[in-house]
Amino acid sequence: MAEPARARPKPTPETQHYWDGAKAGELRLQRCDDCSNVYFPPRPFCPGCASRKVSVFKASGKGILYSYVINHRPAAPGFTPPYAIAVVELDEGPRLMSSIIDCPQTPEALELDMKLEVAFEKLDDAITLPVFRPAKG
Amino acid sequence: MRRNAVAVVGAAETTELGVIPNMSQIQLHADAALNAIKDAGLKLSDIDGIATAVETPQQIAHYLGITPTWVDGTSVGGCSFMLHVRHAAAAIEAGLCKTVLITHAESGKSMIGKLPRSIPADSLQGQFEAPYGVYGPPSMFPIPVLRYMKTHGITHEQIASVAVFQREWAAKNPRAMMKAPITVEDVLNSKMIAYPFRILQCCLVTDGGGALILTSADRAKDFPNKPVYILGTGESVETPMVSQMETFDSSRAFRVAGPTAFQEAGITHKDVDHLMIYDAFAHLPLYGLGDLGFMPHEETGKFIADGNTRPGGKLPMNTNGGGLSYMHSGMYGMYALQESVRQMRGIAPAQVEGAKISVCHGVGGMFAASGTVIFTNEA
Repeated sequence: MAEPARARPKPTPETQHYWDGAKAGELRLQRCDDCSNVYFPPRPFCPGCASRKVSVFKASGKGILYSYVINHRPAAPGFTPPYAIAVVELDEGPRLMSSIIDCPQTPEALELDMKLEVAFEKLDDAITLPVFRPAKG
Repeated sequence: MRRNAVAVVGAAETTELGVIPNMSQIQLHADAALNAIKDAGLKLSDIDGIATAVETPQQIAHYLGITPTWVDGTSVGGCSFMLHVRHAAAAIEAGLCKTVLITHAESGKSMIGKLPRSIPADSLQGQFEAPYGVYGPPSMFPIPVLRYMKTHGITHEQIASVAVFQREWAAKNPRAMMKAPITVEDVLNSKMIAYPFRILQCCLVTDGGGALILTSADRAKDFPNKPVYILGTGESVETPMVSQMETFDSSRAFRVAGPTAFQEAGITHKDVDHLMIYDAFAHLPLYGLGDLGFMPHEETGKFIADGNTRPGGKLPMNTNGGGLSYMHSGMYGMYALQESVRQMRGIAPAQVEGAKISVCHGVGGMFAASGTVIFTNEA
């Protein structure tokens, strides 16, 4: 039996801009043109006020480590344990799940509220994943 | 909804719990249903309403040979059965049906006749969570806990004590899977699953099921067992993505479902004699105590670690041993409800003497959903 493959996102019409952005080295968020609410995950309307007038913009890519686990077992296909599964709080407000790279996957190294910056991990020609690393300086 | 208008008149679990390699998932549903129907002294043809989760109501109704006039397939995770109780009580009051059967079963360990759970790659979870290595509840459910601990000043030892005291309850229960005493040190030295949680802070994986039968309170006195009345209920949902909860300091679904039930029941926290808080993982009782308003979140860890919820404590909680030590087939809410009913009937293996009000609080799909049912044995 073949090894199960690593989970790979499949974009939809509403999320394509996000994945196009990641491929281009940009973390893209959406902002409501009516109430200024910044939100995630992507959708073509504001979940705060229901306006359909929303814009895509390039986020700062800066945030903090909000919470995480270090997964030991069972490991997801394509991952070598132990590895952190983190939730990052972006400076713009929304939170998203991510990996933390360039950092030991230990409780000592992974300090809540530490500053992070976005990086990009190419999975294949179509999909690049936004990930985060400790912010420099 | 009127208080005490509807009662549980039948309640049973599967004949066996644990590892049941000789029964498929649908047969576990039937085994629990037949046991509950016998408990209520009814015939299958008396059932005119059916509710179940994961399996569809049409599947279970047809397998059992039931022709319902009311069905509910609400499937929001492990607390689905709390929502079924709430919906069934409303349906009975509205005259949509007279006698409702709620079933749960899962071949969680043996995996016989069980559809695999999968996350489509183009769903929001498939795009924005699965690619980062989440793999089943142990890798997702504990993600909020480090933030909860930092915000509220909760220690690893306090959370470990949840598992220790529930093992004390389980030791009194012949049907509990795990009965050997454990210490906080044992918990903190057990096999790492997903830091900060170790295996003794994660639920069991077993086979089993349970079923409830509800009818109007005015009919309830004619049944063989002591009726257990529905005093108040609440429900809510938040998000299927744990990363998108509004905060990790608290659960919004808990904060809606719990207080709604208390308000409907017209009781205060001092009135609660017995408490079940669905413990798929050891942090959930802390969230529950805080979000249901028993105490501020800052005090939940100390409250449990000080022994207030253990046998002999002032707020007996998870008295069957819980998902950590009794059993957990995947959707534990039904077993929490069964224990509340046993306590209200006065027949629990670790009976809380004189208990009159039991609060049963469930969680589903990580923190996606919540349901609360408050029972009483006084009409």
